[in-house]
This record gives sequence, structure tokens and C-alpha cells, in this order.
Amino acid sequence: MDVFIQTFVAGILIGGIYALIGIGMTLIMGVMKIINLAHGQLMMVAMYITYVLFEHLHLDPYFALLVAMPSLFVLGALLQKYLLNPLLKVDSILPENQVLMTVGIAMVLTEIIRFIFHSDYKSVRTGYSTANFYVGAISFNIALIIAFGIAVLLTIGLFFFLLKTDIGKSVRATAQNKEAALLMGINAEWITILTYGLGSALAAAAGTLLLPIYYLFPDIGGPFTLKAFVITMLGGMGSTVGAILGGIVLGVAESLGATYISMILKDAVAMVIFLLVLIFLPGGLKTLTKI
Amino acid sequence: MKRIGWQTILIIALLLFPVMIGSDYYRHIFIISLMWVIIGSSWNLLAGYTGQVSFGHAIFFGTGAYTAGLCVTKLGISAWWGMLLGGPVALLVGLVIGWICFRLRGPYFALATIAIGEIFRLVAIDWRSLTEGMEGILLIQSFRSKLPYYYLALVLAAACMFAVYLVLNSKWGYYFVAIREDQDVAETIGISSFRYKSLSLMISSYFTGMAGAFYMNYMAFIDPHVVFSLHDISIMAILVAIIGGVGTLWGPAVGAFIMVWLQEIFRSAFFGLLPQWVSEAHVLVFGLLVIFVIRYLANGIVGDWSKIVGPWFGKKQLSYSSSGNGQ
Repeated sequence: MDVFIQTFVAGILIGGIYALIGIGMTLIMGVMKIINLAHGQLMMVAMYITYVLFEHLHLDPYFALLVAMPSLFVLGALLQKYLLNPLLKVDSILPENQVLMTVGIAMVLTEIIRFIFHSDYKSVRTGYSTANFYVGAISFNIALIIAFGIAVLLTIGLFFFLLKTDIGKSVRATAQNKEAALLMGINAEWITILTYGLGSALAAAAGTLLLPIYYLFPDIGGPFTLKAFVITMLGGMGSTVGAILGGIVLGVAESLGATYISMILKDAVAMVIFLLVLIFLPGGLKTLTKI
Repeated sequence: MKRIGWQTILIIALLLFPVMIGSDYYRHIFIISLMWVIIGSSWNLLAGYTGQVSFGHAIFFGTGAYTAGLCVTKLGISAWWGMLLGGPVALLVGLVIGWICFRLRGPYFALATIAIGEIFRLVAIDWRSLTEGMEGILLIQSFRSKLPYYYLALVLAAACMFAVYLVLNSKWGYYFVAIREDQDVAETIGISSFRYKSLSLMISSYFTGMAGAFYMNYMAFIDPHVVFSLHDISIMAILVAIIGGVGTLWGPAVGAFIMVWLQEIFRSAFFGLLPQWVSEAHVLVFGLLVIFVIRYLANGIVGDWSKIVGPWFGKKQLSYSSSGNGQ
């Protein structure tokens, strides 16, 4: 039983960070109706920024959030402005052009990073990376707890932004109906740029928070892109509440899979859940909650 | 009439090429290019003409390759039987996947194919008793010379393109394009979108499976990371078709040669003329090329040919080749 609870707790904690990745993706998907297949790669870039700050300036990863998030916001906004938005005007056969563009962006980001830092594994080892405390027989990793806490704070902040501020309301309006939002005087193009920036910044936060407990190499982006869209689908496209649920479900499912099935098939568990959701619950978890 | 002219020249050139050029290195690159013509054309039939963007063609490629490999390790017969069996097995897998995925549309379909592709790769790694896991399957090549492989690849590529050409000029082709343009309207005028999407996927997976079986026979070594790779197979298939031109008959063929050559030129650092670090840049070049092509040549090199040569030769743009037939 202890093993089960331990697995469950670890799953929920990692799920909090997954939720951050998922919320970023779901925002982008809600507003632009595209899958951002560069999401994990943006996260990877943020991780490298944090790594450089830690290695050369000895900045604590949690303070690096203050650098990594704004830089990724700018990077995301530029990508949206100069690469993704122009495609709306291009006449092409496949409507998935923007998605394929994000594949191209993902490749370029990965390769530029590989060029600079080479393929070897890096890690950021802080004093608290491996520190634990115990409640009964269950151990809690301190870095993971801090990360979970910051993730929750960021999520609350994001909800405040989306629900209470004018710009946040414009984002939600654009996601609901772009034409109607345009008629209400919302500059939809600007909103898409803002949203992509915001989504990238959230991915950056997740990456930075993961870094003290994870390792880093240029190809790490791919698996996280997969996770991000699994979460998004699990939660329901464009639903932020759903993305939180989806993140936690994925975290728990993965850690149960790793303990009880096999380490390699851990990722396959996520994919199988994803397929089942696509087939039996196409609207995602949000259709169950009716929010 | 002019069109038939350059096609004949092309076929004669390809037939004579390995006789004229003795170097095994160039023959090898041509064989790989021809293999990518098959995969790119099959992807193009499903995505470019039927509108179902698949990110999972590695499933069929890997299934074909493993069918051929398992013929040797499990059934004890020659891997060449895989050329017969690989296609049909991949086709069956395609049918099942289509049954699951064709209820999904657009981006959802694309995501589902990524997910299934990853499942196949992970299962192939984990199911050691069947696939040998990461150790892979190693065979002994039947021929030492590259010539038989070259002509086999050429025949397969020609057969694949001819099949796509036939399909596109039949009723099916028009149904496929109708589904791509607007699935609901296609349903309204009585086209069963599920049936025709499945047919398109069947043809596509059959040829991709053949290519996989050919790869097993030719390279004589496979492991799950090579043949079920998301990046090296599934995404490469997409790139091949996009660079050449989605929804054009010759696009994937042009794209395949461009991509394989680019890869090889960069991998060898311009045949050793440039410093070694250039060889690390080949994926970067692919990425930049994709961004450039999607941004400025949305219909690929073949699809936007008139746009490319127009400014130099000053011809009027006669037709905008986004209509899907033949080209």
C-alpha cells in the first residue's frame, strides 16, 4: 500500500508541473485552433537558459524563472508574429500548414541548441535537488514540492489574468469566437501574438521548475511536446481547468505505469490513455465537469 | 506531348544511371532516394489528396520492415518473402488504424497517428521475445552488388507512382479530393468519407509497407528506433512531400531526391570540402528549408513551379495548380 501511495503522490506532484505545460498548449490551441508541436522545444530552450544562468552566474533556478519566462515570452511572440500569422494569408492545399510550420520551428530550435551546447546530458544540481522529508513512510522531494507550489501560484495568477483583466477577457473572447471578437473591437492578431508568448512563457516556467530534478539534452523537447498534447486532449481543447486535471491524470498514470507495468512502457500508457480519450470522450474531461 | 518527352528521358536516365556510374556510394544514395519516392508518394496520396495528414507513416514502414525481418528470425524463410507479405500486413494494420482514427478529423487525426506511432515504437522496444527489442534484427544481404537493389527500388517507385496516377485519374481520385476539400459536402453528395479515406489509407500503407520490407532487405539491419522513428520516418515523409509539393503527382519524387541529397551533402560536409562542423547542421538545414517553403512556397517546389521560374522566364501564370488532379 505504501508503494501505491508513494507512486500516487509522486504522480500528483509531477502532474502539477505537467499541468503548466498543458495550460500553455491549451491556451494556444484555444485561440489559434492549432496544435503547437514546438511546445516542448520552447520548454527545452527555457531549460537551457536556466542552465546557463546557473552555470555561469550561479543563479538559483527559481530566480532564473524571472529571466526565462520573459525571454520565452518574447521568443514566442516573435515566432507567432513573423512565422505563424503570415501563414493565415497564404493560400495552400493543406489547412494544417501552421502545424507543419511548428514542426519546422521545433527542428530549428533543437538543432540550434544542439549546435551551441552539443548533445551531452547536463543537469543542474542544487542543494535541495535530492533532499527529502517524510510523512509517515511516504517521502516528499523538496524540489518537487517547491516546483508544485510555484506551479499552483502561476496557475492561480493565470486564472486571475484570464477572468478578471480586460486583456484576459479578450483572450477568452477570441478563443470562443474570433469573428465576434473582431466585431467587438478586439485586435485578434495582437491577441494571438500575446497568447503564443504567454503559452511559451508557461512552458518556460515548467521547464525551469523541472530542471533541478531532471536532466537536460537537446532532444528532450520531443517527449514533452507529446505529453503536452496528451494533456490538452485529455482536458478538452481550450479548457484551462481541463488542462490542470489532464496534467494530474497524466502524471499519476505515468507514475503508476512506471511502477506496475514497465519503465519503457510508461510513455505508452500515456499514449493509450490519449487514444481512449480521443475515441470515447472526444471533448476531454471538460465535458464531464460541465464547466 | 512535351510532358511525355521529359518523362521518357527521365526513365531512360534512371535506367542507365547505375550502368554509367560505377560508384557504389552514388548508387546507394539513389536507392535511398527511390525508397523515399515510394514513402513520400504514399503519404501524399493520403494527406495531399485525401486531406488526412498522417504523422504516423513510420507505423507502416516499420511494420513492413519487421514483417520481412520476422520472416527470417521466426519463420525461417527468406526475407524476400517480406516483399510479398510486408505490404499486406501493413495494409491490415492500416485498416485497423483507419477504423480507430477516421472518426477523428483534421488535427485530431494527426495527433492520433502520432500517438499510435509512439505506441508501436515503444511496444517494439519492449516486446523482446518477438522483435529482439533494441538489439534489432540483423540479416545477411542477398546480393553484394547494388544493382539488383537499385532496379528493384526503381520498379517499386515506378509502380507506386503509376498506381497513384491511376487512382487519381479514376473515380476514386475525385472522391478523395472531394473529401479533402470539404468532408461534409462530400458526404452530402453521397460519398462515404469513411470508405474512401480507408481506401486511400490502404493504398498508402501498402506501398509504405513495401518500402519498409525493401529497407529490411537492402540495409539488412533494423531496430525500433530506426524504422519506427517519429523524426526520421514519419516527419521525413511529411517533409519530402511538403518540399516537393503536396497534392502534386511529381512533388514527392522531387522532394525525395532533394531531401536525401541535402542530407547526404551536409552529412559529408559537402563531400569533405567544408569543415567537419557543417555535418552537424543537416537537420538544421531541413528545418530552415521547411520554414522557408511553408512560408513562401506553400504548395512546394512542383506546386509553385510557375511562381519560381515565372520572374525569370516571364511567362504568364497559366494555371494555379492547386486543383488536385494529375499535375
